[in-house]
Amino acid sequence: MPNLPKRKVGLIACSGEELAEGTVTRRAVRKVLETLRPDDTVTLCLPLFLAGGAGERTFAQHYPTIAVDGCQKRCAALATEKYSAKPAASIVVSAIAADIGCGYIGTARRLNKDGNRLADAVAERIAAETDRLRKGESRASAEGAGRERGP
Amino acid sequence: MTRRLVPVVPCSGIGKSLGAVAREAAYVLAEDLRPGKAGVVALSLLVLGDSDTRAAVAGRAAVAIDGCKLECAAKGLGASGAGRVCKVAVFDVVRRHRGLKPEGVTDLNDDGLKLARAAAEEALKFVDEAAGEDDDA
Repeated sequence: MPNLPKRKVGLIACSGEELAEGTVTRRAVRKVLETLRPDDTVTLCLPLFLAGGAGERTFAQHYPTIAVDGCQKRCAALATEKYSAKPAASIVVSAIAADIGCGYIGTARRLNKDGNRLADAVAERIAAETDRLRKGESRASAEGAGRERGP
Repeated sequence: MTRRLVPVVPCSGIGKSLGAVAREAAYVLAEDLRPGKAGVVALSLLVLGDSDTRAAVAGRAAVAIDGCKLECAAKGLGASGAGRVCKVAVFDVVRRHRGLKPEGVTDLNDDGLKLARAAAEEALKFVDEAAGEDDDA
């Protein structure tokens, strides 16, 4: 069987520089990329969608993506859909903060202990979504292979 | 009277250290060097076309701090109708400070922090002039 390149999941952080939650998106995505799922993920640069980054737009059209947003404005999810394709999953930091009972998380420049705890929780959620998407892809691939062998 | 802050828009890149330097430079400029005169604006809001954010930059002098040659921040400001734009290119700042080797994205090393300050300082004169114009208006 040929050794085909592995399809990766694209992670798109809103990066919102005005809000601490934006910093959480960056920290969480980097943790998934560097530590939790380094072989399964890549990051996509959100502003490149606007700047005309063909690689970014093409990737998101053909590969599953996870949008990670700091607030309910959901810039990453909406901009990805506008310029490329609808993300396969969408995560909003402020919703997870409410789930785990985070208080003040620090500033956009420096997260405090609660902010780092929130980033870890968001990273775990991204990793879980990555696994779900990869699993779904494997199943679809296996089903496709089965069909090819059929009549 | 509430002073209008000069918008500072940094690169949003999280793939390389220079993006992190651009972001830190924006915070150094707005929080350390010119608090009350400059304010950080999220590039993603400009990309999305958020009406409040666009209104805050339309026709106004603004600072773009970019990490790479694609200049997303400067392009975002241009597409949002900003007036004069001071472009600070971190990749050029690196050339002017060859001894500094920035590393890290989530957390910059000391050289990255020094480079961020150097990048921020390149926009000081522009911010002072732009803030003065706003005061006169």
